[in-house]
Amino acid sequence: MRITRMAAIAGAFALALSAAACGGGDDSGSGSASGIVGKASSDKKLVFGVKNDQPGLGLQTGTAYTGFDIEIAKIIAKGLGVPESGIEYKTTVSANREPFIQQGQVDVVVATYTINDERKKVVNFGGPYYVAGQDLLVPTASTITGPEALAGKKVCSVSGSTPAKRIQTDYKDAQLQQFDSYSKCVQALADGKVDAVTTDDIILAGYAAQDQYAGKFKVVGKKFSDEPYGIGVKKDDTEGCNKINEILKTAATDGSYKAAWDATLGKSGTAAPELDVTKLTNCS
Amino acid sequence: MDVFTDPDNIETYTTGFLWILKLTVAAAVGSGVLGVLLAGMRVSPVPVLRAFGTGWVNIFRNTPLTLIIFFCYFGLYSALGLELADDIDLNNFWLGVVGLSVYTAAFVCEAIRSGINTVPVGQAEAARAIGMSFLQTLRLIVLPQAGRAVIAPLGSILIALCKNSTIVGTIGLMESSSAMKELINANGDAVIPIFLVFAGTFAVVLIPTGYFFGWLSNRLAVKR
Repeated sequence: MRITRMAAIAGAFALALSAAACGGGDDSGSGSASGIVGKASSDKKLVFGVKNDQPGLGLQTGTAYTGFDIEIAKIIAKGLGVPESGIEYKTTVSANREPFIQQGQVDVVVATYTINDERKKVVNFGGPYYVAGQDLLVPTASTITGPEALAGKKVCSVSGSTPAKRIQTDYKDAQLQQFDSYSKCVQALADGKVDAVTTDDIILAGYAAQDQYAGKFKVVGKKFSDEPYGIGVKKDDTEGCNKINEILKTAATDGSYKAAWDATLGKSGTAAPELDVTKLTNCS
Repeated sequence: MDVFTDPDNIETYTTGFLWILKLTVAAAVGSGVLGVLLAGMRVSPVPVLRAFGTGWVNIFRNTPLTLIIFFCYFGLYSALGLELADDIDLNNFWLGVVGLSVYTAAFVCEAIRSGINTVPVGQAEAARAIGMSFLQTLRLIVLPQAGRAVIAPLGSILIALCKNSTIVGTIGLMESSSAMKELINANGDAVIPIFLVFAGTFAVVLIPTGYFFGWLSNRLAVKR
């Protein structure tokens, strides 16, 4: 009895330790070639950091990832000479994108990653490949017409996100409900416990187009911010960043960008946006 | 590294920890009362009460707190319509307190019950011999001694409760871990310093708490 108990305790510790060891991750392979261009040509492999809970953009079902961000990742990989079998996707959430790039756990981040000055200090951005804007998702019968109409209403967003922050500072009359994921917000909207969900229009469109919510919600269609989505690489990888912008330029003209859109977000009927190559970052 | 000089960020930080404090205090009171009641039930002579106490402990001690808190919002509030306050933050706060209390009460109950086992049977028998009822025995003889024996474990539960209260962030209260996420999201260049400040605050508050309970348990120990 005593021995089995000891064994159980030892087992529990071993389990805890191995779980902790997993968190460390391995960065083998990223040592020799620091930039993504070098790594792509030597290893024929790249790790992409993507979202896993945003329908239409980056959604994980089983082990497969689908969405517009994924298609963009494929375009980048192709442009760098990495075959589709060499692409590995790793789920990133908003809070760990910078650390993942810095530590080399992912090579490239394509995860609804808004370019801003604070992030530019630690990450080099290619793109933007899409300019989203904050918008509202409301029930089809709702009378909310824009952010000004939110006074006294309950608005839901993800805690700590830029859209949530904007509601707090610019639209103080609205009551802000925050969850740790948009799926919960949309569930609360379906239950009628919040009046609107707010984040980037492109993300909302993805939820509105989901089968189980078909016809229930509409996107108001009044952007009240600009969120240029960038492609993040390591801060010192100027070469990789320039290469990404070149690939995007090609994609804008050869139709692969439009194809990526049509295969994912375009399914809900929205026409592909223009990829404005004059707005691309200078990678400095 | 100028994250913590911006007054807005400091306010985010302080409100975050203020919520943690409020959650901890409210849930400590709730789970304390509930835990003692449950412990009483588990040692009572009434089979139905004993079964209820055992059932409570087994259900809530073995359910992940995240799920309990999630249920408080989407089950109690969203589906069953239990609204505890008009204000959205206060409502989430009280839903969180309910979740934390029912969960922690299971642990408090077991701690107290283990304390009851340290009280010599003779004490209860003597109480019975002078004609006390079960409730009188429990209230006047057994619980005061049992409580003093389990000060240290109760302290551990309080510390766990304080850290657990960050889970209420998942239903939208801007407690410290949500506040940390917000700061990290807005200041991608200072992830590690922000993390260290938040983790450090917990350590600075909780380490002395642990020592205090250690001291208190020595001081109040029943000398036998």
